[in-house]
Amino acid sequence: MAEPLSVLTSRFDMAEGHTLEGYVATGGYASLDVAFGQAPTDLVQQVKDAGLRGRGGAGFPTGVKWGFTPRDSGKPVYLAVNADEGEPGTFKDRELMERDPHQLLEGIVVACYMLESRRAFIFLRGEYVWPGMRLEQAIAEAYEHGYLGKDIAGSGVDVDVTLHYAAGAYICGEETAMLDALEGRRGQPRLRPPFPAVAGLYGMPTQVNNVETIMNVGHIVQHGIDWYRSMGTDKSPGPKVFCVSGEVARPGNYEWPMGTPAREIVDRSCGGMLAGRELKFWAPGGSSTPLLTADHADTPMDFDSIAAAGSLLGTAAMMMYSDHTSVVEAVLNWTRFYEHESCGKCTPCREGFFWLSQVYERLLDGRGRPADLALLDEQGDNILGRAFCALGDGGVSPITSSLTHFRDEYEHLVAHGRLPDGLEAHAGVVTDNSGHSRPDQLVGSP
Amino acid sequence: MSPQAETVTVTIDGIELAVPAGTLVIRAAEQVGVTIPRFCDHPLLDPVAACRQCLVEIEGMRKPMTACSTVVTDGMDVRTHLTSETAAVAQRAQLEFLLINHPLDCPQCDKGGECPLQDQALAHGPANSRFVDQKRSYVKPVAISPLIALDRERCVLCARCTRFAQQISGDPFIELFERGALEQVAIYEDDPYHSYFSGNIVQICPVGALTASTYRFRSRPFDLRSTSGVCNHCSAGCNLRVDTRRGHIQRQLAGENMAVNEMWNCDKGRFGFAWVDHEQRLRAPHTRGSWQRLHPTSWREALTDAGEGLGRVLEETGPQGVGVLSGGRLTDEDAYAVSRLARDGLGTDNVDFRLWPRTEEEGEVLAAVAGTRGPSYDDVEHADVVVVAGLDPREEVPILHLRLRKAWRNRRQRIVAVGPALGSLAEVAWRWVATPAGDEARTLAALAGDAATGELAADVADALTGAGKVVVLAGERLARSPGALRAAARLATATGADFAWVPRRAGARGAVDAGLMPGVLPGGRRLDEPGAVARQWHRVPTEPGADARGILANAAAGGIRALLLVGVDPVRDFEDPRLAHAALAAAETVIAVDLMHTASTRYADVLLPAAAPQERVGSFTTWEGRRQPFPQAVPPQRLEQQDWDIAAQLARAVGGDFGWETAMDVRGEAAAVMDRDATTREAIAALAPADVALGQPAVAPPESGELDAVTVDHLLSTRSTLLAGADDLLATAPTPRAVMAPGDAQQLGLTAGQDVTVTGPGGALTLPLAVSERVVAGSVVLPGNATDAPVGTLADPNDPTARLRVRLSKPAAELEESA
Repeated sequence: MAEPLSVLTSRFDMAEGHTLEGYVATGGYASLDVAFGQAPTDLVQQVKDAGLRGRGGAGFPTGVKWGFTPRDSGKPVYLAVNADEGEPGTFKDRELMERDPHQLLEGIVVACYMLESRRAFIFLRGEYVWPGMRLEQAIAEAYEHGYLGKDIAGSGVDVDVTLHYAAGAYICGEETAMLDALEGRRGQPRLRPPFPAVAGLYGMPTQVNNVETIMNVGHIVQHGIDWYRSMGTDKSPGPKVFCVSGEVARPGNYEWPMGTPAREIVDRSCGGMLAGRELKFWAPGGSSTPLLTADHADTPMDFDSIAAAGSLLGTAAMMMYSDHTSVVEAVLNWTRFYEHESCGKCTPCREGFFWLSQVYERLLDGRGRPADLALLDEQGDNILGRAFCALGDGGVSPITSSLTHFRDEYEHLVAHGRLPDGLEAHAGVVTDNSGHSRPDQLVGSP
Repeated sequence: MSPQAETVTVTIDGIELAVPAGTLVIRAAEQVGVTIPRFCDHPLLDPVAACRQCLVEIEGMRKPMTACSTVVTDGMDVRTHLTSETAAVAQRAQLEFLLINHPLDCPQCDKGGECPLQDQALAHGPANSRFVDQKRSYVKPVAISPLIALDRERCVLCARCTRFAQQISGDPFIELFERGALEQVAIYEDDPYHSYFSGNIVQICPVGALTASTYRFRSRPFDLRSTSGVCNHCSAGCNLRVDTRRGHIQRQLAGENMAVNEMWNCDKGRFGFAWVDHEQRLRAPHTRGSWQRLHPTSWREALTDAGEGLGRVLEETGPQGVGVLSGGRLTDEDAYAVSRLARDGLGTDNVDFRLWPRTEEEGEVLAAVAGTRGPSYDDVEHADVVVVAGLDPREEVPILHLRLRKAWRNRRQRIVAVGPALGSLAEVAWRWVATPAGDEARTLAALAGDAATGELAADVADALTGAGKVVVLAGERLARSPGALRAAARLATATGADFAWVPRRAGARGAVDAGLMPGVLPGGRRLDEPGAVARQWHRVPTEPGADARGILANAAAGGIRALLLVGVDPVRDFEDPRLAHAALAAAETVIAVDLMHTASTRYADVLLPAAAPQERVGSFTTWEGRRQPFPQAVPPQRLEQQDWDIAAQLARAVGGDFGWETAMDVRGEAAAVMDRDATTREAIAALAPADVALGQPAVAPPESGELDAVTVDHLLSTRSTLLAGADDLLATAPTPRAVMAPGDAQQLGLTAGQDVTVTGPGGALTLPLAVSERVVAGSVVLPGNATDAPVGTLADPNDPTARLRVRLSKPAAELEESA
């Protein structure tokens, strides 16, 4: 049986873990010396061999991705850390940056050394005021004590970090939209190729990585491949911060080895579901990952096992819902989110979620039509894999998966015009139009 | 694409074909006759893959790919909607999505009948909509400029318009705003969409979201008759599609000619056609006759009166008593006809089409250029270095500006501007060799290696010697500067470059080729070596005649007693309006052939109505030397005739006969003598080197407090005869301003935005001031044709050809106030 870990979250219980003093006193920045003694390409190989996979959701092997960065293009290489954390249900990076900002900076310095980059950008979710203050403080301290800037720790390595507060758009979590936003443009995804590794920020080779991914790097360099692989599964090794929310007794961030089943995390870390409630459905990695049911609760939470179960590990943001909750209502909530957050660039995502959230409203208002279920099935297929970027795919995940697992609830709504008995109706969900992209009345001229 | 480019083999719907590497799937499919539906795709815009309409199935790809952004690879197997159910379903779905928020107001939409959304919905879309919910609605329409209205409800957000503005014309302030289903095309609230090319976004809009004020609710596409045309506004030679209904032009669109204007044109060419139907049009012959005032009459009486007037002068004074002026707006056939009328019919060499200020050697260079083939648009686009002197392409030949911008954007072409003002080349210029007005010849000579270069010009000179392909573009204005036109030609010869003389008006190059200049016969032949011309014509004058200034001065002095004006308004266009008035008032017989009533036609004794280019066949020659024939789009409304025909009838009235029956007769005869089998590069190589005193400025520098007046004509001017009635277009015209360097403005205590009075030896005019680093110190740029007081009125009446020097001050009223 797996046990909770304290690798990335080791300073969560420290009062001063976020300060440079507290960080260094607990072994922080030790990986720099280890890294600077080795060739950058050897270090990338170590990351590859350690099997680190991206923690932002896609799970792509980080070392392989870093191998795509050209080293002799004559252009500067940039590292862009994605700290936008927009995925519903995800709040791991927030706490990691709040409680241990230097862990991110250490990872950045090591990663930049590996990539032969001299400048990193942190694209921070604009609403993350507190993490931002902690990061600003940490960056200032790191510069002051020579962990950032020119000639870090006398090694001749230069790394500058720029903290950028994002303006608040889910789409900017998409790496190319994030780069456009960093450049001061509208955050909309770019056409690929060229891929950011070759032509990213300002057209320069750029690596975009998630906060948690970068934090892993320092540990791998310092403690080695074998240590790293002692945690997690063969194909998804390492520690993972699971952020659990929803109808559990103690929601929060919990660090476990990759591959720990959801039920174990919920039972042992979260105190189980709320009293009197049974797990009904859950999203394993944020709202963009297909919903699973109680039958899947023992599936190991690693990239491959969750994929085999028909979903995606995503950000490992586990959103747990009980038998008191209507899945249709939950899906309406998410569909509205995607409608609101669609960047508008491509047709299926822009028009599709506009349409489908109205269909959900009708269903829950008692105005559903028998043809609506086929419509939802079909339009899900018409968005999935047809949109410009992954936002469209993510948005149809809850729709399609809920239709697969809970079709009877939909059919009940269509047949009776109301939810099945025992499901709580959440007042306000249906009628709330705040921030909505669908004006009931005319929209003024620009 | 270079000819040796690698080819790859791709299969589309089972048909194998080889295409150059880098070809997009959608383009490859077109080659086998498969049209994949699309909205955002446009062959001249960068792919954006936003509308998702062109999804196709590609073997080995796990999901459908957008054909507009996917590059073919060797062995790729593509299945479109014709052979793949997946692709067909995906495409149908996009159309259904696009239509849910579309108002489906086709019956009242201007695009109905020629709408890609309508057509593709019909061809590929679902017959019924499953959308029963609420559509997005907007206030409509929104005026994004005086010319263009935006109906956001109809928009499919393909971003063609915004990409055109960014990628092609480089004009800001039309962008996508907001996100999700509220994403919309919008403008910056304080600033409308400013562009000389705005009409193109209407044409490329795949729905009825962007409409032109000149065409809204005017017609239905299926009621229109379309004729190809060639724009009559400038020497760019944009191909047009002229859409007419019941004999009236409803709109003009850019015609596709990838060698000339590609798929674009400027707003002047697109929207500047209201004059054709304008009330000021001259529709019938007029004569003074015994009434002593102009009145409508028959052609017979008018021609008789004209013949009598000309005959009397010829008899009493001889051919030297007659002067012929034409403008830069005649078709090639007309220019030739007028050239022959003057020499053969009237026996005089007093003929000129150039009413602009210039120096002596211009005629020699133009005679060399006449009838030759110059560099083409493609040559300009593919040159490594382009030297631009005396020319602001965006203001004077807008489509040339787009080509230069394309080369700059795609290839970082090195564009070198030479002169006192950088103007709109600022965005694309690699170097600006800032040169005081009048000193261009020395700068150009230095670049040619004939003299030491300054610091800035040193790397330009290096670039010119090291570059593979160089083109020198010399504007019409360059000849105002002593020796400059010759120096530009010499620079081209010295560096092995191509050379082009780039005039503003559509008929200017044809006039050069036809020999509408004293001492120059068709094809640039000299009077003493007429060659083939002597065989075509009954007679050729032996004595060189007077140029435009000489003709007008002679007429004012009584030496020239009969003036024939063909398509020219000297009172408006001649650099010295006072002299033009005097000449026309003094001449005993003034015969004017024109399209409109103008300030000059009031002096006419006989006034003959000419047909507009759209009302007749003809051809215009581009600045490249490319002759482009065009058919008749609408019939003349009353008694208008073609200028060549009028010329032939005038010849007959004085006893000559040219034997022409149709425009084709004229074109055939003209071609034999106007065209030379030579390139411009070869022709100018024979010119004598420029006679430039390299040590010192050609003109004495201005006295303290004086500024050199640099005149630049703007594209849109309320005073333009051919913009009469194009009110919405004129509403987009930038305000005419005087522009000067920041240092000069500071010294004079003037600030940008305020009105200034520009005082020359002969007069003054007041207009707002702009301050710009793009003007060399010591010069002020003035709009040539845009104010009520033409710059020519500022010149010294006793020495009108002297370089114009002006003083700038606050307007008198303001001075009084502050005192």
